[in-house]
Amino acid sequence: MTDPCAHCEQMMQPYLDHVLTDEEMNQAEAHLAECVDCRRRYKFEESLRIYVRQAVNEPMSVELRQKLAALRIPLD
Amino acid sequence: MALSGTVARVDAEPDEAQRLATEARDRVRFEEDALALSDQVYRVARHLASSREDADELMQETYARAFRSWRSFTPGTNMRAWLLRILTNLNIDRGRRQQRAPQMQPLEANDYFLYDRLAESGDGDSDEDRVVERLSQDDIVTALSVVPHDFRDVLVLVDLGDFSYADTAQILDIPVGTVMSRLHRGRRILKRELAESALEEAT
Repeated sequence: MTDPCAHCEQMMQPYLDHVLTDEEMNQAEAHLAECVDCRRRYKFEESLRIYVRQAVNEPMSVELRQKLAALRIPLD
Repeated sequence: MALSGTVARVDAEPDEAQRLATEARDRVRFEEDALALSDQVYRVARHLASSREDADELMQETYARAFRSWRSFTPGTNMRAWLLRILTNLNIDRGRRQQRAPQMQPLEANDYFLYDRLAESGDGDSDEDRVVERLSQDDIVTALSVVPHDFRDVLVLVDLGDFSYADTAQILDIPVGTVMSRLHRGRRILKRELAESALEEAT
């Protein structure tokens, strides 16, 4: 293993996606506990994901909602 | 194809009348369940499509098809994934794929660059929440629309739709490994676009 920050960076996406193994998770958390820079960057990535979701959330129009309901097949 | 909207005839045998009544009840329930998911489906559909108009059309085509082929849905399985599978197939059928230009230009070498650039370009405030607020909401919408379709499909399903890698793989009919690599690349492309728009505004 070379640079611990570079390794931590590689684990960031799988960490935030909750797909790391327990061992990898412990490795990442051990490094995050002592590295302020990586911790900031992880937090930023987490905030970014939430921020992106909010920014692109565009509700469906009332017209579309009505059109979808009208597509139901009549009972007889 | 079986006829839907079957009329329960007065002279039907009691068993047959019973069967038709059960079927009608199941179908109405299916339609209600599908409509109840429409907000969640739309949240994803809006960004799988290229525009709001396209998204609205896709939603209508998807629901029309879903209501016609409701029998092919297996009760107890993931209906939202089932609806999105119809939707992504329709989206591909529209020939959208022809416009695709595979984007293979080199990406930034690391995953931290957006934060690093935003933190540098600010007034020295590196608080993560305030740094993220340097991105405008319009820029995010634009940046997402620039991500090429193959990558955006995966990004939108996982990051906006909260689908697992496995569900995403099923919806798009691609291997899980491809989901992971496209997701990785899609997120990088999005961040590169965001970094560019943030830098333009700073200058």
